[in-house]
Amino acid sequence: MTANEMEIGIEMPIPACGAATRDGGPIVVNGLKIETIEGGEGRPLLFLHPGIGLDPKAAVLGLLAARTRLIAPSHPGFGASDLAPSMATVDDLSYFYLDLMDALDLRDTIVVGVGFGAWIGAAVAVKSTARMSHLVMANAVGIKVGDRETRDIVDIFAMLDPDLNKLAYFDATVGERDYKAMPVAEVAIAARNRESLGRFAWQPYMHDPKLKGRLHRIRIPTLFLWGTHDRVLSEGYGRAYCAAIPDARFEAIDKAGHFPHIEQPQVFADRVLAFAGA
Amino acid sequence: MRVYHFTEQAYPPAWENHPGTLRVTLPNRLMDPKIAGDLFHRYYDEWMLADELGLDVMLNEHHQTATCMSSTCIVGLSILARITKRARLLVLGYPLGHRPDPLRCAEELATVDVISRGRLDMGFVKGVPYEFAPSNQNAVRVMDRFWDAHDFIIKAMTSHDAPFNWESEFFHYRHVNIWPRPLQQPHPPVWSTTGSRGNARVLGERGIAMATLGTGYATRQLYDSYREGYMAKHGRLPGADRFAYLGLVAVADNEAKAHRLGKAVSIYLPSSGIVAPEFRNPPGYLSVEDNVRLMRGETKPRTGTKDGRFIDMRVASVQDLVDTGVLFCGTPDQVYDQIVAFAEYCGGMGNLLMMGHAGAMSHADTVDNLTLFSKEVLPRLREYKQPVGEMAA
Repeated sequence: MTANEMEIGIEMPIPACGAATRDGGPIVVNGLKIETIEGGEGRPLLFLHPGIGLDPKAAVLGLLAARTRLIAPSHPGFGASDLAPSMATVDDLSYFYLDLMDALDLRDTIVVGVGFGAWIGAAVAVKSTARMSHLVMANAVGIKVGDRETRDIVDIFAMLDPDLNKLAYFDATVGERDYKAMPVAEVAIAARNRESLGRFAWQPYMHDPKLKGRLHRIRIPTLFLWGTHDRVLSEGYGRAYCAAIPDARFEAIDKAGHFPHIEQPQVFADRVLAFAGA
Repeated sequence: MRVYHFTEQAYPPAWENHPGTLRVTLPNRLMDPKIAGDLFHRYYDEWMLADELGLDVMLNEHHQTATCMSSTCIVGLSILARITKRARLLVLGYPLGHRPDPLRCAEELATVDVISRGRLDMGFVKGVPYEFAPSNQNAVRVMDRFWDAHDFIIKAMTSHDAPFNWESEFFHYRHVNIWPRPLQQPHPPVWSTTGSRGNARVLGERGIAMATLGTGYATRQLYDSYREGYMAKHGRLPGADRFAYLGLVAVADNEAKAHRLGKAVSIYLPSSGIVAPEFRNPPGYLSVEDNVRLMRGETKPRTGTKDGRFIDMRVASVQDLVDTGVLFCGTPDQVYDQIVAFAEYCGGMGNLLMMGHAGAMSHADTVDNLTLFSKEVLPRLREYKQPVGEMAA
């Protein structure tokens, strides 16, 4: 049982298959060791975390793992996951996740992304949904909606944490961190996550200019979940994103901001599982 | 020792009543272009004077700031290339990290070298953190991009027989053949700056002239890291000409006036750091390890006195600044002694980058400062015999 599984409280060994090797440690894909939280059984659910990274203690993980086989990696460059030096774009990450799904031979996968992770999810789905059954996009970034002089997404790199927390959370105290009191290893992960988010999302800022024109290719059931108190993104942005994917559904989540999986984990998990029929 | 006169070409009228930042977001409405023109003319007049007095010239560039109006150093270099007669023209720095097009850099710099008749020194830097927002270049992997741009520029300046191809991770050109080519052979000297020992070692390996800015009595360890890198690669110690130090200079024929000038020129130190905190640390600029220290509040001030006392540059007195080796201030004898003592401490320092003007220091004071320095201090520094290079124990 790995430390990650202990967090969720469910033991679920995954047999070695494809390029992935499993010995109780991280998943290995394309030679990259990928820190992954796994648990539960049933249909696979690939959880793609937002730019702040993956909190192994997040309640939503256990709720999702109760009814699915949860696979929640830290993206390359985030958490303790390796990074290939050549990786510079969300496109690179999307090809990585296509390889990861091949390597684990995932089928009928429910792909759930939040924020930056939802951008990755969309970038995967426009390329191939062969291994996917459902796509859930929560408070997604990744496309350009407004005109050239309208910044759709608040510049989080030009903002200090306390100001950002006020925009990103329904309850800003949820985002507060006391770095002086935290273990150094956790501070290092926060610093690494921020650097990697900059690597992938600095320019063009938080979007791929090509992505919007490719969203019509996503022809699997897609659900947009939207924390209505998100002031990093507007609800109008989310609805425009949703409208670009055929037959995608839009559902608001109250009392949550940019990270509804953190502020409303039960509602978030219930909506995901109901939508996917899991 | 060579001495370069440097000013940041500030726009001090906008320094009053600023909204907490002089950089990035300070509205340019606060600049009167007519006053800016007057100031530019004045700064170029002072550089012409420096040229006549036997000093060399250094300029730089910054972006979206009232602390430095030079937003494109090529304009300044172009003017100086034509209006000065003999001074070396050092740009430090030319921020490659903010430049999307190194071919353009090579063309511009080669042209300046030709027009100046071979007087250009090319100081390449990655760029300050708060200017990654204006340039929108990515600070993540900026040093990888920096070295790729550097290598490309050198190749462009030293390839003369046929166009070459460059398809690297960062830059893509298929028919590179710059006109004009530089006059200095094989290319104008390359300089850079650093504040880190790791990078100092890399600069030493490459033999690039290294400047440190206001590092005071933390300079020696940076120089020694350079020496280690240089020795490892070249099998001998570098000459003093590989080392430069930016210090503030205020000289007068009496201590009272020198103190007044010292106070005026040291306004650079507190004003330089007035920048909105949200722009100070773009992702990727600092290493994860440095960010961890920053987040945990474990950073320490980097400038100290010879006896290890750390000085807060924002509130330092003139005497504090002299004690740290950040300011050389006094009568000509005193200033000469301070500079020589610092060079000896460094184990050799062949280039003084002299901030001879800053902020709202008047034209008359600047002229006095440069003139007295050139007449009374510079000739003795030229004669000064650098210590034979040595490694720290």
